[in-house]
Amino acid sequence: MSDATSDPILDTIKEIIAEQLDVQKEDVSAEKSFTDDLQADSLAIVELVLALEEKFHIKIPDDKVDSIKTVGDAVQYIKQNNAG
Amino acid sequence: MRYTSGAVTALPPSLSLTDRVALVTGASRGIGRAIATTLAARGASVAVNYTSSEAAAASLCDEIIAAGGKAIAVGFDVADEDAVAAGIKRVIDELGALHILVNNAGISIDGLLMRAKREDLRRTLAVNLEGAVYCSKAAARHLLKAKDAGRIINVSSVVGETGNGGQSMYAASKAGLLGLTKSLAQELAGRRVTVNAVSPGFIETDMTDAALQGDAREQLLAKIPLRRIGAATEVAEAVAWLASPAAAYVTGHVLRVNGGLAM
Ligand SMILES: NC(=O)c1ccc[n+]([C@@H]2O[C@H](COP(=O)([O-])OP(=O)(O)OC[C@H]3O[C@@H](n4cnc5c(N)ncnc54)[C@H](OP(=O)(O)O)[C@@H]3O)[C@@H](O)[C@H]2O)c1
Repeated sequence: MSDATSDPILDTIKEIIAEQLDVQKEDVSAEKSFTDDLQADSLAIVELVLALEEKFHIKIPDDKVDSIKTVGDAVQYIKQNNAG
Repeated sequence: MRYTSGAVTALPPSLSLTDRVALVTGASRGIGRAIATTLAARGASVAVNYTSSEAAAASLCDEIIAAGGKAIAVGFDVADEDAVAAGIKRVIDELGALHILVNNAGISIDGLLMRAKREDLRRTLAVNLEGAVYCSKAAARHLLKAKDAGRIINVSSVVGETGNGGQSMYAASKAGLLGLTKSLAQELAGRRVTVNAVSPGFIETDMTDAALQGDAREQLLAKIPLRRIGAATEVAEAVAWLASPAAAYVTGHVLRVNGGLAM
C-alpha cells in the first residue's frame, strides 16, 4: 500500500487497475469507464477481472463482468463481495 | 549441443530464446523430448511436463542442465484442468514467467470407429484436444504479459488435415487443434502473442513404432515424396523457429513437417 488513503480496498483496486491497464493511478477515479476512458479492450478486461479475483479471493461471474462498466462499479462489487 | 558465443556455433539473435521460459507438454519422450532439448539449446529455460515417465523427465532435465541450460520436471495430466492450473503455477513460481507453451502431449488409440470404445474416444479427445485447451487457458494470462515474446505452438498431425481410416478419433482431435490454433491466434493477436501449429507426418517415436514395421513401412515410404520417415528433431526445429523472434509475424499458421506426404 503506497499512500495514506483512508480506504485501503479502494487504494488496492486503483493500483491493480493502473497496473493492468497501464494507466496512471491518479487517472483511475470512480466515474471512469473502463472501455471509453481507460481504453481497455476485451483482453484487458479479462486480465483485470482475473487480477481482481485473485487479489480479493472472489469470483466475478461473466454476467456481473458485463454490468461493471466503470471503476466505481468495480469498487462497489468488490466491497459487497470481498471475503478479505 | 548448446550454442555458445564461439564463431562457429553462434546463434543469430533472431533465433535466440535467451531469457524465455518454455513449457513443453509430453516432453518425457519422443517429439516433446526433442522439442525441449532444442528450445533449451536455443537458450530457453524449459519446464518438462510428463504424466507417468518421471524418470525419463528427470533424465532429460539432467541432460539439459549438464549442457549448461535450465530445466525443471513438472508432472501433470493435461486432461485434468486443476492439475494443469497447479502445474503452470509451479512453472511461474520456479521459473518466474512463461513465454512459450508447446502443446505436444498426445495419445493415439487406433482402430475402426465401429469397434471403438467410448472410454478410448473420450480419452483421446481429453488428452489431445481438451489438454491443449486447459494448458492454453491457464497459460494465456502469462503469455499476454510476455507480449511479443508470447507463443503457443500446438502439435497437430498430417492425419488431422487429411484424415486416416482407422484413426477417426485421433484425426478429429488433431483437426480440432487446428480450429483452436486459428481462433486463439485471433484472440491473442491484440497483445502480439502468436499461436501456430506444426503438423508432423510420420515421425520415428514410440507412438509410431508398431505402425512403422515391415511391409507397412515400405508402403508408407512409397507415399512420402521424400522417401523417409521423419526424425523428432526435425519437428523440434520447426517448433523452435515458430517460438523465436524470427517468426513474430507468423500467426494462425499450420507448418507441415511431413516429407511431402500431404500438400
Ligand atoms: N510420431 C508421429 O509420427 C507423430 C505424427 C504426427 C503427430 N504426432 C503428435 O506428436 C505428439 C508427440 O508424439 P510422440 O510420437 O512423441 O508420442 P510418444 O512418443 O508416445 O510420447 C508421448 C508423450 O506425451 C506424454 N503424454 C501422454 N499423455 C499425456 C497426458 N495425459 N498428460 C501429459 N503428458 C502426456 C507422454 O508422457 P509419459 O512419458 O509420461 O507417458 C510422452 O512424453 C503427439 O501429440 C502426437 O499426436 C506424432
